Parts: sequence; C-alpha cells; structure tokens
Amino acid sequence: MKVSLEVNGAARAVDVDPWRRLLDVLREDLRLTGTKEGCGEGECGACTVLLDGAPVNACLVAAGQCHGRKVTTVEGLAGHADGGAVLHEVQAALLACGGAQCGICTPGIAVCASWIVDAEPIGADAGARARVRELLAGNICRCTGYQLIVDAVVEAAQARRAGEGEP
Amino acid sequence: MTATGYVRPASIAEAVAARAAHPDWIVLCGATDLMVEAPLRPAPVGVVDVWALAELCGIAEVDGGAVRIGAATPWRDVVTSPLIAARAPILAAAAREIGALQIQARGTIGGNVGTSSPVGDSLPVLLALDATVELASPRGTRRVPYRDYPTGYRTTALAADELIVAITIPAAHPGARQLWRKVGTRRAQSISKIMAAALLRVEAGRFVEARIGLGAVANRPIRAAGAEAAIVGAPVGEATADAAAAALAAELTPITDVRSTAPYRLATVQQVVRRFVLEASSPSSPD
Repeated sequence: MKVSLEVNGAARAVDVDPWRRLLDVLREDLRLTGTKEGCGEGECGACTVLLDGAPVNACLVAAGQCHGRKVTTVEGLAGHADGGAVLHEVQAALLACGGAQCGICTPGIAVCASWIVDAEPIGADAGARARVRELLAGNICRCTGYQLIVDAVVEAAQARRAGEGEP
Repeated sequence: MTATGYVRPASIAEAVAARAAHPDWIVLCGATDLMVEAPLRPAPVGVVDVWALAELCGIAEVDGGAVRIGAATPWRDVVTSPLIAARAPILAAAAREIGALQIQARGTIGGNVGTSSPVGDSLPVLLALDATVELASPRGTRRVPYRDYPTGYRTTALAADELIVAITIPAAHPGARQLWRKVGTRRAQSISKIMAAALLRVEAGRFVEARIGLGAVANRPIRAAGAEAAIVGAPVGEATADAAAAALAAELTPITDVRSTAPYRLATVQQVVRRFVLEASSPSSPD
C-alpha cells in the first residue's frame, strides 16, 4: 500500500504493508531513528510521536492509518531561525535541568512534554508538578530520573508563559 | 506473503458495507489492543480502519438528558468532556485511569466494548450506568442493553456483520450517587486487579436504586445482582454494607493469574463495595 504522510512538515511517501508499525516505518523506511523502541507494546512511551498533533505510541499505530496524516517525531520538535536550529522549550529545559540519564526514554519524553507545554495549561502553582506527573505517566524512565524531568517540564511551561508575556 | 488488505471508509454506511464485503477482515480503530501483538502474530487478512471516522466520533446530548458517545471517540475526549463530567463523572474517572496519555489519545470506548476484556476499564461503568450499545449492519440498526452485551470470556452479542456505532448513557436520577474504584499495581498505566462502579440512590434513609458493575472478578464484566438485591430496600448504614459484601462471595468467580489472586480479588472487591454503600449512606458532599 502506498502511504503518503507528512513527517515533521515534509511530505513523505512509503510503499509498505498497512499492518506495519509506524515505529518501523519511521526508523527503518524513513531512517528517523530518534524515535526509540522500548517495550513495543504501548507501556513505556519511548516511541511517543505526535499523530495529527496528539501524543501516541508509534508501536501501536498501523502504517495504513497514517495515510494523509501528520506525524511529528523528536527530530521535528526544534524550529529554525536565522539559519540555525532553535530548540523547543522542552528540549532546552531538559538540557538545562539535566533531565536525561541513559537517554533511551528521552525522545519520547521530549515529544510528550512538548505536547504538554503546547496544549495543556501548566501553571506555576503547587499542583503543577502533580499535573505534569499525571500527563507524563505513560513515559517510563528506567533510570528513574523523574525529578529532573518534571523540573524540566515545569520550567519549559514557565519559559513558554514568559515568552507569551504572561507573568 | 500477501499484503494486508486495507480500507478506510468515510461513513458508517461505507464501513458497514466494507464489513459485509470482507467478513474475514478486522475492524481497527485506535489499535491499542490489536497492535500490541502485531509483531507476534500473523497479520490480519485485512483491516477496516474506522479511526477518526467522523460519524463515529463525538459526545452529544440526546433524548432529554441521555449522552451518546460515538464508538470511535478516544478516551482523551471523554476525560475532557464537560458533558461527561456533569452526567457520567465515573466514566471520566475510569477513562482517566486507562493507560496514560498516549493510550487515552488512541483507545476508544467502542474498542473497549468490542474487545470485551474482563479487565476493560470502562465496562463496569457502562453496567452501573445502564448503557446501551448501538450496532449497525446491512440489516439496519439495533440497540442492545450493555448488560446483555458481554456473553462470555471475550465473547459478545455482536454479530459477524455488525459495527459498534455508539454507546448511550441514559440520564441518571439527579439524586443518584456515582462511585468508581480501580485497584491496580500503580496509579497510572496498570492493568486492573479489580474494578468496581456503582450507581446508588437513597430516599428517606433507604436505598431505592442500586446498580453495581464489576471487572476482573468473573470471565466478563458483570452486574452484582445479589449485592444489588441486598441493597435495594435496605436502610443506609453498616448492616447493608456488610450484607452487600456477603452477597458478593456467592456470585463472583475471580481467578488467580499473573496480576492477582482469587482471594485478594474477592476480599478487595467486597471492601470496595462495602465502602461504596457507606459512602452513599452519608449525606452527599461535593467531591
């Protein structure tokens, strides 16, 4: 089956079995190896990508279902300005806070956290950390470095609000 | 190896026609169950993909207070729906405990009903709220009370040519209390050891309505008819809570498996139902 989709803003086409996993289409057919396979059964979130803007496990999406849809992987999070890459607030905050250890969960966490910062109101209140933890519960870090990851997402949300001119 | 067949219908009518034309193809929506074993099993002969099919998506009020949820509506939409929060808060609570964000973005209510696992998280809620399943086929549309829908271990009343179209939750009495509890190994992303949902209503110190839906304590999601009988007509308080818990022992058939043991499941579900009765016995407080 010919599957035409938009990946990180660019039109791509692959000829694959519709039952092939999106994860394999990304990693093997499109050579976008930033998306990692952890458990391969929807438990760990390492393969999180955005499908039409929503965070999903790429191991649980059939390739046929992606025809005509938009996929964003970790490679597509950074923007471009003045000829260079501009990290998403979440990527910058993960770097600044040290929110990564071995790294296998990091791309999935960056993608999921980017959705959180883009789509969910995360305030600076006492409940912010609990809210981030609930929304990130589908991303498992086997190094268990959650504190710094949550720090990073809260900081990224603050950076976003500051960038939008909110207090 | 032949390639998997694939069709993406644009309407319910097209989906029904595709199902009739390809009786050996599977209906695929959010794929959170069907793709889990994809690397381990032979590919299906073909796929009727109803993901994001507009006619199957959405939450709307119908028939004076009932809520109709399209079968392809993902859990995330249930979690964030003001209508569900107002009318069926325990469905929102259950949806919020299904997997985590990534699963809630893809898993659908129709998929939960169709897979009909004894640990399907929303299914005890559909029993407690007396939901109806709407099914379409070339022969027309029919509505099945959800309590009659699961017929055994992962078997259902769905005919081979039928498509799950929607779930409808009737308006509950404004004085009814809705209660929900899932017990698992961790708060997020765990498969349940047991689940319990209840709708209980008290008038003048006595229970006048009781529906209790339970998961993971039998080969399918079940109504606790014996416990309900022990509650309806009985006065509020401890004695009724104890009677309901005692009745459960006679009607449940929990098993021991990788996730829990039969004695733990029974004792836990008894304690949860006991607490439901006690909670409904006290004057309602905003929670």
